[in-house]
Amino acid sequence: MNEHAQKAAEFIRDESRTDWHDEALWFVRTKRDKASHGIPEWEELRELASQVKDNVLSNLDQYLEQFESRAVQNGVHVHWAADAEAHNRIVYSILEKHQVQRLVKSKSMLTEECHLNEYLIERGVEVVDTDLGERIIQLKEEPPSHIVMPAIHLKKEEVGELFHEKLHTKKGATDPKYLTEAARQHLRQKFLAAQAAITGVNFAIAETGGVVVCTNEGNADMGVHLAPVQIHCMGIEKILPRAEHLGIFTRLLARSATGQPITIYTSHYHRPRPDGEMHIVIVDNGRTAQLGREDFRNSLKCIRCGACMNTCPIYRRSGGHSYGSTVPGPIGSILTPGIDLKKYSGLPFASTLCGSCSDVCPVKINIHEQLYRWRQVITQEGHLPPAKRQSMKWAGRVLPSTSWYNFFGKLVSWAIRRFPRPFLYNRFNEWGKERELPQPPRQSFKEWHRQREA
Amino acid sequence: MSRNSILAAIQKNKPAEKPLPAIPSFANGKAAPIDIFTSMVEVGGGQVIRDTNSHNLNTTIKKLFPEAKRIASPLPAVERNVDLDQLPSPGELESVDLAVVRGQIGVAENGAVWVTEENCGHRVLPFITQHLIILLNPSDIVHNMHEAYERIQVDATGFGLFIAGPSKTADIEQSLVIGAQGARSLTVVLEAV
Repeated sequence: MNEHAQKAAEFIRDESRTDWHDEALWFVRTKRDKASHGIPEWEELRELASQVKDNVLSNLDQYLEQFESRAVQNGVHVHWAADAEAHNRIVYSILEKHQVQRLVKSKSMLTEECHLNEYLIERGVEVVDTDLGERIIQLKEEPPSHIVMPAIHLKKEEVGELFHEKLHTKKGATDPKYLTEAARQHLRQKFLAAQAAITGVNFAIAETGGVVVCTNEGNADMGVHLAPVQIHCMGIEKILPRAEHLGIFTRLLARSATGQPITIYTSHYHRPRPDGEMHIVIVDNGRTAQLGREDFRNSLKCIRCGACMNTCPIYRRSGGHSYGSTVPGPIGSILTPGIDLKKYSGLPFASTLCGSCSDVCPVKINIHEQLYRWRQVITQEGHLPPAKRQSMKWAGRVLPSTSWYNFFGKLVSWAIRRFPRPFLYNRFNEWGKERELPQPPRQSFKEWHRQREA
Repeated sequence: MSRNSILAAIQKNKPAEKPLPAIPSFANGKAAPIDIFTSMVEVGGGQVIRDTNSHNLNTTIKKLFPEAKRIASPLPAVERNVDLDQLPSPGELESVDLAVVRGQIGVAENGAVWVTEENCGHRVLPFITQHLIILLNPSDIVHNMHEAYERIQVDATGFGLFIAGPSKTADIEQSLVIGAQGARSLTVVLEAV
């Protein structure tokens, strides 16, 4: 069993919790449907978004250079990082220069991918995640289980218990309103004390050299406008050519993510404030390699809305932590194998290939086709587990040959009818673990057809 | 150097040139309906007050927020008692109960209003204040985001944003809670024309 399957098996042991998780995400998917159906041109917008991203990927070097030169003209410091280590080093050097001891962060899957928090904490910086969901999991010392709703796997009782311990809320208090208010008071103190603020980036505009950050809580702005130093960390693929393209993407993002018509705050940062300093760190960390993989480069179009997770029958019933990667779910399962194929070779199999992810993707990434393609690559490079490899080998022999196929069909039908249960349901029969084998018919279709023709 | 190696890797790996698509405006040419804008602000958790003029503005504000003690606004027409020009540090604004700022463009499809740092006095004001009022001329309401971006020059100021409601979160069990880290309420006051 691969790692995802193992962790998923642990997750579904608690049946009522699995149902609860499944329903919570399906609720978000339903909201997304309602929001998207309210826009008659929805499908046209998806197509446009996909085409804009095609253009971006085919001109990425020029756009990045244009973005850099405009940002520098705007008085912004621009840094380039080839990998996670370089990214962390650059961020720390900025903080070191300003003797920053207290840092606030808003949500950034990139810094999560680079393990920035651990890096900075080791060097004595206090790092406070300020998105409520992120703060919850930070206090719980867990990674996010979803890219938009990081604490979707936790129940309010667990949050109440955690806040009682860490923020001294009343014991047994579970009212989300009360707990959110406690976090507000706690985080306001952190914002006021912070010496620097880090945000992720939703979109970067090549033409104007600015970055756009979307939040509902306002936490990115509370951090950025109070601290003297602001740092925005972005992957190279976040670029859009011009501001007018934001019209397409801001219409798609929140509707796809949470079913809202737009996030509460859509902030455009172009220049530091008069008494402040602004930095942008542009990060590769495997993205240029993914750009070179023709079958998989479309995954770089992703705008991190999470719609593919909310709709995925596997994600909903296995939880984000089962994937073991920063970005979980269908999109994570096509992005992460590009970083370490051997380690994440199980992820492309964590799918029914039903295609629902591709249907809801706002930038039309062919997610389920890429999952299938990764499976082929993984098999060709020999990363399949032995049981699966053997069964594939047998299938490869039996299925192309009519006589072998007929023989095995008969043999299996006979075996299912005749063999005692322990011979059929054992550790070699993965499929039969949770399911009954189908009752084989007395007569095969072929036999029936031949009889009918005669 | 990272910069050159990243750019070289992109040059080597990028696909063949694909053209940019033309973007239709998706609007019907008629004026954007205030009713849609109003209902979308309400969807976002805010409220809309109509037909306010320079004579009754301060009465309206008092009626809406009778308890507000510290009021900050860069607008001279607003009765205010926080001096935004003489701030020792932006953190001083933490005690502001109510901020009143001018919005430049309203968007009917999602209830968002474009506001820049020039409208705010200080960039942090619309977030750090407990309650926020945005004044908007109803003739500045457009249909959708495409129209909005057509009219905005995003880099005209160092910071600008769309605000579509009060700060909110649903991070605890998907329960919607208004008043996360930013303003606890949003009121869009539409001026009489």
